[in-house]
Amino acid sequence: MRHTFRETLSGLKRNVSMTIAVIVTMTVSLTLFGLSLMTFAEVDQVKGRWYDKIEISVFLCTADSAGTSDSGNCEPGQETSEVQRENIKKRLESNPDVETVYYESKQDAYDAYRETYADSPLLDSLTVDQMQDSFRVKLVDPQNYQGVVAEASSLPGVQKVLDLHQVLDPIFSVLNGLKWGTMGMAGLLLLAAMLQIGNTIRMSAFTRRREIGIMRLVGASNTYIMLPFLLEALFAALVAIVISGSALLSMYEFIVVRNAKLSIQSLAWITWGDAWTSVAGVALVGIVLSIVPTLITTRRYLRV
Amino acid sequence: MVCLVWGGPAYEDGQVITFEDVSKIYPRQAKPALRHINLQIDKGEFVFLVGTSGSGKSTFLRMILREYRPTSGKIYVLGKELSRLHQWKVPALRRQIGNVFQDFRLLPGKTVYENVAFALQVLGRPISQIKTMVPETIELVGLAGKEDRQPEELSGGEQQRVAIARAIVNRPQILIADEPTGNLDPQTSVGIMKLLDRINKRDTTVIMATHDQTIVDQMRRRVIELDQGNLIRDQVKGVYGTA
Repeated sequence: MRHTFRETLSGLKRNVSMTIAVIVTMTVSLTLFGLSLMTFAEVDQVKGRWYDKIEISVFLCTADSAGTSDSGNCEPGQETSEVQRENIKKRLESNPDVETVYYESKQDAYDAYRETYADSPLLDSLTVDQMQDSFRVKLVDPQNYQGVVAEASSLPGVQKVLDLHQVLDPIFSVLNGLKWGTMGMAGLLLLAAMLQIGNTIRMSAFTRRREIGIMRLVGASNTYIMLPFLLEALFAALVAIVISGSALLSMYEFIVVRNAKLSIQSLAWITWGDAWTSVAGVALVGIVLSIVPTLITTRRYLRV
Repeated sequence: MVCLVWGGPAYEDGQVITFEDVSKIYPRQAKPALRHINLQIDKGEFVFLVGTSGSGKSTFLRMILREYRPTSGKIYVLGKELSRLHQWKVPALRRQIGNVFQDFRLLPGKTVYENVAFALQVLGRPISQIKTMVPETIELVGLAGKEDRQPEELSGGEQQRVAIARAIVNRPQILIADEPTGNLDPQTSVGIMKLLDRINKRDTTVIMATHDQTIVDQMRRRVIELDQGNLIRDQVKGVYGTA
């Protein structure tokens, strides 16, 4: 064991510059990887929060709905009739994907608007008649909305069906792009880090080839021969993991906890638990990343 | 005791190395390095392996160490058939076989003591054992008092003695010496041969490849001669040249 540690230490000393290079590359790539993990968690969080709340709004016709570009199934100059209204309600309630249906009258909509935008200057010019009657539909599974939307759009007396997916999907496609983009870059950097570790260990094994030759000759076990190299790579990985882990946690503290969470309260933000999970992911990848290339490169020297 | 560790079907006490119709053809080479070799080496024997360069001596020695597997035929070393020996058991085999080379292969930057102790350290032997076995062995090879010297401060003969000490410190059953006197003058060679003889008398089987005619003729031990991969002579108390 003493011999193993001595060899590890001398290997590290011999390759100080390479060891530093490995640590830097690994730190940067692991940090990026951790960031992408956190982005994944954040996107999931927001998605879960928003998509769970998604309702479908089925707007009914007003007297002046027809004739506009958005006339839907409205008759010119006619509001949705009582019969149509009942029919729409029945059809919606009988749909198996629908959990609840409630009716929001013009007046309800007007009140809600007044409450939400109490300070808005627009408020004074707004009248009840400018609002629209609508059905608000809650779904059993918010992801499963197309059927209800299609059915509601075909009913007479329906002016327009609005579901929030149409609004949110473009936002999420941007976020998805971002998250896969960081993941991709992290992946490339991790690949570079892996190759660099492989090279460093190869150099280290090359400078120790005499010792290795004699170890093999006298029958030292493969584990014994490989151990100093594994420890060398693991040491670099551990340093990188500690640095990038602290960087990630402090980024979470300073960017999310102290800023974003306070200024954008409407968004769901990832928790410390998520941050630590990302750090754990970074640690795991860091360790695997150092061990795999070491095993691959040293195998050549251990072939019996 | 050996049986307990190495117990195998073809191992009777006494037979240390057995070649059964062994041939070796290297990849991308038409001519076989060894052709249908049959022989047996017993415990405690001293064997000279002679033949010109390229006759197959090195291949023969390396196959005993399981560095190469035979293309056909079977090799038994200490009761194990080497082709069927698991990769991870090869180190255990090599612990039973000491090795000495023409170029000594000592580790620069380590003292005589450290060079010999290295062989035990890397096997994970306890320090207390190393502390008794290493000085004993250094004394056996006649280097008492030179433990703290660096290899480059020693003469060629002394360096070879260090290498021999390293090869035998773990008490192997077999000692393989590949041209151990190849870099030494005749006077020094005699000393080395006396040492190998002494090791052999401690019941270690010694196999020595050599070009040194004088030594072979003086020692009068078993001689195995290879020529282009063929075993052309196996003679008890032989001489170097074909009579």
